[in-house]
Amino acid sequence: MDSWRRNKLAFAILALPPTAWLVIFFTVPLAIMWVYSFAERGPQGQIHLAVSFANYVRAVEWIHLGIIWKSIWIAAVTTLITFVVGFPLAMGIAFAPQRWKNPLLLLVILPFWTNLLIRTYAWIAVLRTRGFLNFGLEWVHEKTSALLALIGLPSVMGQFQPLELLYNQKAVVIGLVYVYLPFLVLPIYTTLEKLDKSYLEASLDLGAGQWRTLRSITMPLAMTGVISGCMLCFILSMGTFLTPELLGGTDSEMIGNLIARQFTSSRDRPFGSALSFLLLYTTFLILWVRASLAGRKGGPI
Amino acid sequence: MSKYSTSMYSRRSFLQVTGAAAVAVSFGGRVSAASDQLNVYNWDTYIGNTTLDTFTEKTGVKVQYDLYANLEEMFAKFQAGNPGYDVIFPSDYMIETMIAADMLEELDRSLLPNFKHIDANFLDPAFDPGCKYNIPYFWGSCGIGYRKSKVGKVDSWKVLLESEEFAGRMALLADQRFVMGVALLYLGYSANTTNPDEINAARDLLIKAKKNLKGFVPDSGQDMLISGDIDVVMEWNGDVLKVMEEDDDLTYVIPKEGTVIWVDGVCIPKGGPNIENAYKFLNHLHEPQVNAEVANTVHYATSNKSAHEFVSKDDLNNPAIYAPDDVVARSQALSDVGDALPLYDAAWTAIQAA
Repeated sequence: MDSWRRNKLAFAILALPPTAWLVIFFTVPLAIMWVYSFAERGPQGQIHLAVSFANYVRAVEWIHLGIIWKSIWIAAVTTLITFVVGFPLAMGIAFAPQRWKNPLLLLVILPFWTNLLIRTYAWIAVLRTRGFLNFGLEWVHEKTSALLALIGLPSVMGQFQPLELLYNQKAVVIGLVYVYLPFLVLPIYTTLEKLDKSYLEASLDLGAGQWRTLRSITMPLAMTGVISGCMLCFILSMGTFLTPELLGGTDSEMIGNLIARQFTSSRDRPFGSALSFLLLYTTFLILWVRASLAGRKGGPI
Repeated sequence: MSKYSTSMYSRRSFLQVTGAAAVAVSFGGRVSAASDQLNVYNWDTYIGNTTLDTFTEKTGVKVQYDLYANLEEMFAKFQAGNPGYDVIFPSDYMIETMIAADMLEELDRSLLPNFKHIDANFLDPAFDPGCKYNIPYFWGSCGIGYRKSKVGKVDSWKVLLESEEFAGRMALLADQRFVMGVALLYLGYSANTTNPDEINAARDLLIKAKKNLKGFVPDSGQDMLISGDIDVVMEWNGDVLKVMEEDDDLTYVIPKEGTVIWVDGVCIPKGGPNIENAYKFLNHLHEPQVNAEVANTVHYATSNKSAHEFVSKDDLNNPAIYAPDDVVARSQALSDVGDALPLYDAAWTAIQAA
């Protein structure tokens, strides 16, 4: 297990590329952003280095906190729905017969083979007023009306009114659930897959029902996967900007859109950097609260 | 898709842009300095089918042609120093920004005999007085596209900004400067105001208008219009024209209050490797026949008056492309608002969050 300890050179050589990657593509850009966040914006969007907290003061104005809160709320709802859909899915795959597991996993990963932009545009075609979903509903409505008329019942259905499914926050949540489902399913699947099935058999043999076993045995044992999956889903949803931009309505701007705008048309990279760090600190805060809650209960982190 | 868009897309449609980005990436880093070379950096689908070939035939200069998806992307590249381009195609406010940032060569008119073909209306824009740094290329407008059978006749921004008649069936562009600019014009102010009170008045107007809107769309307005999702939309003339060709019931109008127009110029960035060839190229673009061929390909309005002779009559007579003079007179191009841009950003955030 600890053979690498005896061969420090090999370890150093193996660790060098990932460390260099992290430093060059993560730490350094983050450090630059951090420095920018204290800078001042020039009239043409130049960055004048300075030690100014004006960007942070602006970032914590109520309106921006409100947008962060809205983002947290949308991300929380997304995570909850994704979990409700994703956990049974992960269980289904984990407990499926061996020869089915890989094809099922492939189906979960398959959407990644298509560009996110294209997939989001596809949702527009499905959800819009004259989209596939409304066409489907209209067809069902028509057939039902025709059937009622056929058996001589008075028509109670009325005229078909298409549902307003697109350009609102519901559409954003639908889009996010769809996009981040695999990120939640895969960690949960991994823990369930490694889980010693004899615990479940023992639970069932000793008289617990399926539901009780799920609640008292499967769920606690899969908790690490559930938490990392939910965290991944939550953090990614909170920082998203493409989905609200394409599927959202007039009140769907999330923190990601606000930040993206600072780096494009508003040309205010110092303020954008400050907002990014505010988002980062918020994320850390949420992780810390969660960790300390888990620590108090003595549960897994 | 707006060139000025808050989003990452351009005025031209999104698939073209993604393609363009891919091309730009794959061609990146091949710019070079040689006496028979020219490195052009342009929007996608913004040149004629034969423009580059005729240039190479005439001068023997080979063109390395790269594409960008939006102006901010192009500007960001130049902020780190000219990456090796000789000719660029920025728009109004960006020309002003780049002049202020000392990124553009002052043009030597003696090397540009074809400057004489430019329509006098374009020779003294606010963003570059006297056209010292750019030679005007094409221009267009941002107006209202609508479905005649559902809406009747539209002639004012009022329908989008202060009317509930078509509530839920309307959309505005997701572009802070253009939308704010139109609201400011509607209120009787300059589209480039730096007065906080006027900016806030436009903000309040848009917050009230918002409840009637289906969304702020990143240039998918024309698709929503043709699919029947909405009946009235603020859009670029070029985009609405494309769907008008497919659906007779759609039309485009520049409202009587005027609108925000865009004007693109061709510029020579400082520090380019082949300035001499750049001048030849600028001059070539404004040969009347060459320019008309571009116009007949892109279907935007050219600023080259002599080219009109060769431009398709359908385009020339189309008020959606060549807007009447009095409408143009009431319209404004965007200029760089400098330190006031954060005010626009704050107003836009307030509109989005309201």
